Amino acid sequence: MANSRTDHHVVLRVVAKPLIPIIALFALYVQFHGDYSPGGGFQAGVILAVAVILYALIFGIAPAMRAVPPVFARFLSAFGFILYAGVGVWALIMGGNYLDYNVLFNEPPGGHHGQHYGILIVELGVLFAVAGSMLSIFYAFAGRVTEIKDEDW
Amino acid sequence: MSGYEGADLAIALINVLLLGLLFVVGVAIARMRSLFAIVMLSGIYSLISATWFVALDAVDVAFTEAAVGAGISTALLLGAMLLTSRTAKVVPRARQIVPLLVVIATGAMLIYASIDLPAFGDPDSPANTYVGTDYIERTPQDIGVPNIVTAVLASYRGFDTLGETGVVFSAALAVILLLGFGERSLSATMRKKKGEG
Repeated sequence: MANSRTDHHVVLRVVAKPLIPIIALFALYVQFHGDYSPGGGFQAGVILAVAVILYALIFGIAPAMRAVPPVFARFLSAFGFILYAGVGVWALIMGGNYLDYNVLFNEPPGGHHGQHYGILIVELGVLFAVAGSMLSIFYAFAGRVTEIKDEDW
Repeated sequence: MSGYEGADLAIALINVLLLGLLFVVGVAIARMRSLFAIVMLSGIYSLISATWFVALDAVDVAFTEAAVGAGISTALLLGAMLLTSRTAKVVPRARQIVPLLVVIATGAMLIYASIDLPAFGDPDSPANTYVGTDYIERTPQDIGVPNIVTAVLASYRGFDTLGETGVVFSAALAVILLLGFGERSLSATMRKKKGEG
């Protein structure tokens, strides 16, 4: 962590602090509004990862790793992929083809719940996989150096 | 319909302006030596291309470009830059000629190929006559979501997207295996620093 006496990034810190939750909230908006407006799991995952990376850039990598541990980022990445593949297996168990969302809820023909929830869960899997992967890659790079010195810029 | 023509002219001017900016930024990146400035300029390049995609009505692509190109790849490049030196080595003039010729030849071929491209928004272009119209017609009955891009990505082409998610996951896996998990190498450097100090 930077010494508080030499801390001239105070404006940056004050501005970034309220921005980070808004960025995370915007990621959720992009995720759950993806049916209606541009966006979806991939973009939402990247935005969510950027929120954590911004925190790491401004407050240091160690506090970020305490808030979102690298092991959790790795778990999230694998879990998202399994979630996506799991929806396909769910459709198989319900008697349809792999990733055939129509059969998920045994609804009469013309119903859209299967498609809606199928797409939502699949996009959630993409969100988890992308956010976890991006964060893992960032940790792998940034975790190799301790602190960015001011003269390095 | 003179107002419509005026709007057309404005859009054309915006396109020329944005492409000109892209060109200037691209030349600046090629001539620069400071890696930090290059990373920042590549972020600006992504942001300008995202704006240009909006002008082309490709809002989804613009969104992805802004989030991935300007957002995360800038942060990742900054992280990668910390592991290397701050400036690029100067390449002697004699060795710059071959890359320049390759770039000019590729550019000439691309410009030659662009003559055969269908006009922007042409309803008879292959992209608009093949499965595209089919998706647009069937999405309201089949899927029932207003955003056809989401329907195509997650439902009609669900296998594609599953594969893409797998690619992202395995990319993260490969970087982790090559560079270490992060927290372990961080604690190792911290221990080394403590030992020195």
